[in-house]
Amino acid sequence: MDTILKVEHLKKYFAVNTGGPFSRAMSSLKAVDDISFDVGRGETVGLVGETGCGKTTIGRTIVGLYKPTAGTITYCDENLCTITPEAMRKVRQKLQMIFQDPYASLNPRMTVGGIVEEPMDIFGIGTVKERHERVQELLRTVGLNPEQSNRFPHEFSGGQRQRIGIARALAMNPEFVIADEPISALDVSIQAQIVNMLEDLQSRLGLTYLFIAHDLAMVKHISNRVVVLYLGKIAEIDESVDIYKHPLHPYTKALLSAVPIPDPQIERKRQRVVLKGDLPSPVSPPSGCHFRTRCPIAESICAEKEPELRAVDGNHMVACHLV
Amino acid sequence: MDERNVLMRIDGLTTNFHTYAGVVHAVDDMTLTIPKDTVVGIVGESGSGKSVTMLSVMRLIATPPGRIEGGHVWFDGKALDMPERMVAEGPNAGMVDLLALPAEEMMKVRGRHIGMIFQDPMVSLNPVLTIGLQMTESMVAHGLATKDEAWKRGVEMLALVGIPKPEERMHDYPHQYSGGMRQRVMIAMALSCSPELVIADEPTTSLDVTVQAQILELMKELKGKLKSSIIVISHDLSIVAGMADKVVVMYAGRMVEEADVFDLYEKPGHPYTIGLMKSVPRLDAEERERLVPIEGSPPDLLAPPKGCKFAPRCQYAMKICQEYEPPLVTVGTGHRARCFLHHPAAPNVAGFVKVE
Repeated sequence: MDTILKVEHLKKYFAVNTGGPFSRAMSSLKAVDDISFDVGRGETVGLVGETGCGKTTIGRTIVGLYKPTAGTITYCDENLCTITPEAMRKVRQKLQMIFQDPYASLNPRMTVGGIVEEPMDIFGIGTVKERHERVQELLRTVGLNPEQSNRFPHEFSGGQRQRIGIARALAMNPEFVIADEPISALDVSIQAQIVNMLEDLQSRLGLTYLFIAHDLAMVKHISNRVVVLYLGKIAEIDESVDIYKHPLHPYTKALLSAVPIPDPQIERKRQRVVLKGDLPSPVSPPSGCHFRTRCPIAESICAEKEPELRAVDGNHMVACHLV
Repeated sequence: MDERNVLMRIDGLTTNFHTYAGVVHAVDDMTLTIPKDTVVGIVGESGSGKSVTMLSVMRLIATPPGRIEGGHVWFDGKALDMPERMVAEGPNAGMVDLLALPAEEMMKVRGRHIGMIFQDPMVSLNPVLTIGLQMTESMVAHGLATKDEAWKRGVEMLALVGIPKPEERMHDYPHQYSGGMRQRVMIAMALSCSPELVIADEPTTSLDVTVQAQILELMKELKGKLKSSIIVISHDLSIVAGMADKVVVMYAGRMVEEADVFDLYEKPGHPYTIGLMKSVPRLDAEERERLVPIEGSPPDLLAPPKGCKFAPRCQYAMKICQEYEPPLVTVGTGHRARCFLHHPAAPNVAGFVKVE
């Protein structure tokens, strides 16, 4: 499988004020700290982790909404970190994003047709008539009635709005779509509709997805490979089928065991690994392994040395001293 | 059910919202019995009326636009210690109708006899008051304890819900707590007066999955320790699977199914319940199967469909479903479902028991 996106040693630090309201003391919040992974063409890679693990930051850095602090992002042989703005414009046509909140990511003053058409306006694609036709076609593709293109976002339900967001992402015929928690704001019965549609679009248009989510069951369902993040670092990467069967990293194990299963028989017999405490602050992460403060099997080495991400077999990689 | 074992009985509760666009029938003729020492899960999508039902019970519906337009909420009179004239006779002997109580009597019920855990711990704690003050407020207001006693009990409660260094943390403000910790405080507050009933409205929705597991474990643990009934409201069937004894499924302001938790998951009796189960991927699934979504979207409650509210999205919908609303029929012990497929004249669909 040829690689479409390669992320190497990506770092994104944010400067935050840590000295109180009148202080100028700044420290860096390491949202993404030395992350490397790649995505093959036509593949779906899932990024999972808790709030604050850096999954959204990775997505936003890839599309250029944030400038990386260090590292390289290679998309189809182009380094997105050093690329000229003109060349980036070209790449961005092929690299689109679906946002999390369908209520906040659509301009309330624009009609749905206008929203879906906007990327084509920006890139100057086609004549006015062609664009209108394309909008109609896109709305049909995502299961909306093209006659509703004159309506405004508030006239649609959450699921329909997410469909509009998807139509907008598809407007430029992208190759690569970053879906940042596309279903977490939706009702359960609607989630399946959107996920099925994303799967259909993938097989029809040959899309590659980077699927960012915190719902492990859904990530397992949609992804080929899963990247588990913890506090800006990769804890484990593996084929999605395997990672659920043989998780190695204690964090992955805890994440999996935290997901409730809709079956009272199983649910009542399960032995849970419940993590103690909360995510430490990314401004001052623990020394050594970031996970050690909540890890059930941490030893002294974990505080001293940071574990490296190493391959265990084939595609399976894990960052832990003790496995 | 044994009458003495009933803690609360919601009887024909109807709550409407009068908006400029028309009347929204948020809860329509809801009937539900909460036994003592039981965990009841209420499941439904947004707008299904699950929160409004519980807010109606607490009489916290904003009026206007909301109005409780019918029904009774019978609560165990022995627990409430109300004046004699409030206690009903006849079929609901010994019960008190919360909806008929004067406002000042109702104030004595809230927090004291019915505790509530709200969905979003970020907005349901007062940011300018210390946790200690908020913890002790209801105990003092209900005259259960002096300030000092309440403080002591507050510290105990914080320790019970697993807050480290509770004495010190009592002096902290909500912003000094993380989301999971705040939810623990909410739980401690709801339990501080040892209420007979605790209503948890989506207690884990805004939390991360690992923190959600912590809170669910905590609630299960507390369920064993305390003698309260708990109502857990959730949109997620898997959350109630682990802790509820009985589950109620709501759709468009109506109860569509009610069953013992094991029965519900084993032999669901309503197409909506089945749809909910099939539309979520399971972590323990061996193979990757395509999800089966419920097509369409929930009805507009301003103009709900005439017959069965679920008919437009139901794959088994028959002609009668468009015309008449099916009644709740008993399909097993303590198992009721609102679907015409249980009628003897309906076509046979696997899993649906026929009853007269």
